[in-house]
Amino acid sequence: MDSASAPFDSALFPEGVKRCKFKWFLFWVAVLHGPIMVGVIGTLMCWGLALNVTYLNNNYPFGLWIAADLGIIALGGGAFFTGFLRYVVNIEELKNIVNYAVVIGVICYAAAQGILGIDIGQPLRGWFIFWHANVHSMLTEVAFCITCYFMVLCIEYLPLILENRQINKLGFFHGLAHHLHGAMPTIAAVGVFLSFFHQGSLGGVPGVLYGRPFAFREGFLVWPWTFFLAILSAIACGPCFTILVTWFTEKCAGKQLVKKNVIDILAKISGRLLVLYLILKILDTIVWVGLAKGVGAPFSSFYANQPYGYWVLITEIGILGIIPAMLLLSERVRRNEAGLIIACLLNCAGIFMNRWIIVVQTCAQPVMSFDKFVSYHPNWVEYATTLVFVWVGAVVIMLSYRYLPIFPQEKELNPL
Amino acid sequence: MFPFAFEWIAEPTRYVFMGALYAVLIALIIILHYCAIRAFLDMICKKKNHNHH
Repeated sequence: MDSASAPFDSALFPEGVKRCKFKWFLFWVAVLHGPIMVGVIGTLMCWGLALNVTYLNNNYPFGLWIAADLGIIALGGGAFFTGFLRYVVNIEELKNIVNYAVVIGVICYAAAQGILGIDIGQPLRGWFIFWHANVHSMLTEVAFCITCYFMVLCIEYLPLILENRQINKLGFFHGLAHHLHGAMPTIAAVGVFLSFFHQGSLGGVPGVLYGRPFAFREGFLVWPWTFFLAILSAIACGPCFTILVTWFTEKCAGKQLVKKNVIDILAKISGRLLVLYLILKILDTIVWVGLAKGVGAPFSSFYANQPYGYWVLITEIGILGIIPAMLLLSERVRRNEAGLIIACLLNCAGIFMNRWIIVVQTCAQPVMSFDKFVSYHPNWVEYATTLVFVWVGAVVIMLSYRYLPIFPQEKELNPL
Repeated sequence: MFPFAFEWIAEPTRYVFMGALYAVLIALIIILHYCAIRAFLDMICKKKNHNHH
């Protein structure tokens, strides 16, 4: 591309890559600002008029926001797990996708914290959980770990920003990026430690509710079995979400950004972990059925009220569990783009559904003989304030892709 | 909360929770400072070498 036809911000692009014209970039950023503004209005309504503008109530103190929080954090698990595989297990090929996994992780964790900022109603009191910490609560552990892990992700994102072509010309920033890369195995190890605990605790929170037979599980020491299942499910679906977002970015950019063998490694690992997760999940379900029956809550009672019929269990474990696991295990399917993307979509949808069940269906189950089943549907304020982070995330991805060297193989795959 | 705050209750879980939190925060601060100081020293050395040549 000659200098006359190059976009005016081309000096900021990574070396040897092509980007669209600045006016098109600006156009798409402006388009995304429409739904972002709707989300901002919803947020201001929640803060200004309190949470009665939502459909949350005493039956459902946890609704779409918390379910989305748990889902987003599980999907963002791709960042810590890819970092673990790259820096601790030392799978060299993953260096070509670990940067993008970090960007996705930053967006997911920022979204989770943003949603919590709206959900607590009074974000100015958000610091209470750190100062007046209830050290017997799994949610306190989650809050500590999510905050710290977000810091870790920001530190992992920092060298990418410093490697921008213009910033990198400054000696200090060039050196800082270099040394941060050197420290990355230590930072990744800290991230793994934090992620292990908060991913698990998010699954463990319903597991310790001994007053709710639908959610309660026995376990090991202070951790219910759902603690370990949540970790396994997060590391099984996180890489699939990274593959999905990478695929979508490639479609938007109109070019290949990561080699197939790198994607295949992630898909293969994800498939094997999903199989392990499903085996343990099915065992857990069988044990839970016996346990609940023993305390007077027969299996059928959990699926007696629509929309939470038996289809929920069949869909979660069968359609969104066993099918993607079989697809991901097959090398032929993994090599086929459509097959791989369908498998990843089903896997991610399955984990999201699991989080919805452990949050919303748990609240839905009547626990007292005089309790009545009450249904819950989120309203537009909840949807808008949840989806706002998807649109903001898209803008962050667009900025990162345009100005930062997040795809090391892009130059080789797309010579100018 | 810090152990010297009047609201602090001396119980094992509090030491584990808050201890782990501060350990992680201190580790991150040390890593960032270590990298920044190394980068600064590199920059100084480069400038010195440049002046010598």
